[in-house]
Amino acid sequence: MGTIYRKGKEGRRATSWPRWGKDPEEILGLLPEGLRRREPPWLPQVSQGELVRHYTELSRMNYGVDTGFYPLGSCTMKYNPKLHEELACLPGFAELHPLLPEEATQGMLEVLWRLGELLKGIAGMPGITLQPAAGAHGELTGMLLIRRYFEDKGELERRTKILLPDSAHGTNPASAAMMGFQVVSVPSNEQGTVDLAALEERLGEDVAGIMLTVPNTLGIFERDILRITAMVHEVGGLCYFDGANLNAFLGRARPGDMGADIFHFNLHKTFSTPHGSGGPGAGPLAVSEPLLPYLPVPQIVKEGDRFMLSYEVPKTIGRVHPFFGNVLVMVKALAYILTLGDEGLREASAGAVLAANYLRVRLRDIYAVPYDGLCKHEFVASTKNLGVKARDVAKRLIDYGFHPPTVYFPLIVEEALMIEPTETETLETLDAFIDAMHRIAEEAQKQPELLAEAPHNAPVRRLDEVKAAREPVLREERP
Amino acid sequence: MEYVPHTRADIERMLRAIGVEDVEELFDDIPEEIRKNYVPLGLPPLSELEVRQELEALAARNRKLVPFVGFGLYDHYIPAVVNELARRSEFYTAYTPYQAEVSQGTLTWMFEYQTMICELTGMEVANASMYDGATALAEAVLMARRIVGGDRVLVPRSLNPFHREVVETYCRGAGIGVVDVPYDETGRLTLGDVPEGTVALIVQQPNGLGIIEDLSGLKERLGDVFLIVSVYPVALGVLEPPGSFGADIVVGEGQPLGNPLSFGGPLLGIFATRRKYLRMMPGRVSGRTVDAEGKEGYVMTLQTREQHIRRERATSNICTNSALCALRATIYLAALGAEGLREVALLSLEKAHDLAEAIAGIPGYELAFSGPFFNEFVVKCPDPAGVVKRLYREGIAVGPPEYVARMGVEGAFSVAVTEKRTEGELQRLVEVLRG
Repeated sequence: MGTIYRKGKEGRRATSWPRWGKDPEEILGLLPEGLRRREPPWLPQVSQGELVRHYTELSRMNYGVDTGFYPLGSCTMKYNPKLHEELACLPGFAELHPLLPEEATQGMLEVLWRLGELLKGIAGMPGITLQPAAGAHGELTGMLLIRRYFEDKGELERRTKILLPDSAHGTNPASAAMMGFQVVSVPSNEQGTVDLAALEERLGEDVAGIMLTVPNTLGIFERDILRITAMVHEVGGLCYFDGANLNAFLGRARPGDMGADIFHFNLHKTFSTPHGSGGPGAGPLAVSEPLLPYLPVPQIVKEGDRFMLSYEVPKTIGRVHPFFGNVLVMVKALAYILTLGDEGLREASAGAVLAANYLRVRLRDIYAVPYDGLCKHEFVASTKNLGVKARDVAKRLIDYGFHPPTVYFPLIVEEALMIEPTETETLETLDAFIDAMHRIAEEAQKQPELLAEAPHNAPVRRLDEVKAAREPVLREERP
Repeated sequence: MEYVPHTRADIERMLRAIGVEDVEELFDDIPEEIRKNYVPLGLPPLSELEVRQELEALAARNRKLVPFVGFGLYDHYIPAVVNELARRSEFYTAYTPYQAEVSQGTLTWMFEYQTMICELTGMEVANASMYDGATALAEAVLMARRIVGGDRVLVPRSLNPFHREVVETYCRGAGIGVVDVPYDETGRLTLGDVPEGTVALIVQQPNGLGIIEDLSGLKERLGDVFLIVSVYPVALGVLEPPGSFGADIVVGEGQPLGNPLSFGGPLLGIFATRRKYLRMMPGRVSGRTVDAEGKEGYVMTLQTREQHIRRERATSNICTNSALCALRATIYLAALGAEGLREVALLSLEKAHDLAEAIAGIPGYELAFSGPFFNEFVVKCPDPAGVVKRLYREGIAVGPPEYVARMGVEGAFSVAVTEKRTEGELQRLVEVLRG
């Protein structure tokens, strides 16, 4: 399948535009000569029919949640309600410019305000900003808040360290480092949770905070969470919670009650807004009382029955997004929460945890589960005991019609398969997946080449990633 | 609940396999004192119909004003093919193409997008998207510092004030000082001496006041200091691209390429640079390779720059980006071609100039700057706040005076025009200004 650049022909076009009044050359004369484009950009020249066939064909080479089971750990690939898409396209939302007067955007501001209030309730925390465009952007915003907080207290100079469990998402250390913090790793214990003695050793007055994922990336809830957050608070540090795994305790427990100071939501994960081939997501951030004075502006507030923008945050870190964040994603998240209600939120986490534990117990006889025990919404298996590569099992799953789990993460498990089924898959699908995993384990012994050469019936065979990195070809070259 | 398929019998079977009696037992590992503190939201579940009605009612409470507002986001026409194709659920229900063999659709259009962005900007490599134009600009400054070193960045007073605020936020956190660069009566920036320790000069093209900057000679004056240019991609249909003027990094807000205004999000961050800086660039990249049978295909490549591999030494923390918006931009550019893009740019250019001429002809109104502009311009008048209110009452929105003032122009509002604005709308605006 070639790119669109290999389709079409000189002189074809897919769109038409109104005629202008003047001669085009005369219009161009409005621009200074030296700044007029000398050579047109090289763009495709295709008919509308060719264009539609090309992107339809590309879509068929993709695997989405609507195609089949997508147990990509840490990504919460649940079913994406179709209502969401229609609501986000309503002209009353989609066609609004963000700089219209407040009188003209009351409905939009109400959406944002209501979502903010609901997210505060879910987090059990008093402050919110909707601006971060993704989880990692929320982390970066969190690091800015921590800096500002300690700057205000005159402690920034000495609070140089952010602690991170060794099971953390890669975005965590990257976000901390981007804002100038030194990253200090905290090892996990045999249960896969934070080693309290190791944490104790690393705690001191040079610690600005800790970044935790709850439940952690092994899918295990930190039973000592209250102890951990208390220990960090004891030395004056702040607790950042990565909310990627909120689906595990939705409607049942609140990060604010666990000692979180900052908590980011991933609306594209937990609230199914969806993932869009890699974005846009949204990463709203809830904060505890001490961090309220530093939140980004503007804040969306309600006075009487009016919604308005407020810039009255005395020590704000400023804006992290040019406007209000990924608003259309938020429209979908609000629709999702309203659909579920309290009952549905609990049902979602119950279904997710039930499905994950079911898969865990049905797979653990064949695939090693190094940190076995009650898991939350996901768990991590390993292919090491079978003597095969996680990558090969993953690619073979494609032949069975499944999207592979997350592989080689978290880093503390060798040949890791991180499996997150979500609550929206039927028991029949889970059983079919278990069956495929069993068969692949058998194939690994009897016909290992089936795995090593997989996939066999995807749009392409296994792709050469080394070649791609060694001789980067990153664009189509002009003929 | 319609999204969860588990029947009573399914639940029983799963519980038996796990060896627990009740679903609630699965949450025993969460300390009880935490669980018992949970406060429900007080929300009953709603049917699809009820949720639709509720959200439609909220959408209806927003008043439709004819948008003559710009500030980086522009009301261009989105051809029906863009909406139709980008809404295919094989695209929107997929995630980052970690598994290349089942993500060839995404990886192929990412490769097309990278090509198109290089062509538009005149640069050699582009990533597959950032969140928006403002954070792309901030990331460009951070990337420049990794290469150039230094501790301050030169920022024009005429930079889009929202982009400026985001850059300032990031720079404060990263320990980079912001030094203002003034503009003259034409509205163009005037670059004085480049101080020691400068990371980069930011130039916006056209700038926040709508004025087209003259990029020639800037890079020569900067030497090793980076020239970062933030572009309005539609304008590049008729303007010489920054790559021709030696820009080191080109960023921009990609919303005008086939994405709705969306009350300011989601947006699309464009990011392109020189090939020699490829390994310092943030964000995802799709690369061409071959499969085991020698057939062409695409993978995410150069991932050793990225956070999931490099962790605290990554070029950025970005993970989820703005892929679906980049897909829309790709389809938009493929649909328009160079010719269509030029036509859209010419229409916007022509209408903006017709309107500017008409406004400048009204007693009391004048253009704030004498420099050349593309489709956005600043108008000075005695009572801009009153004028803007009068326009709102008549169903017309222009660029608010308070935001124009943030670029140092008092007593003025701004006007942006796209091909969507009709003769009738232009006339109406002029009539209301005449009073």
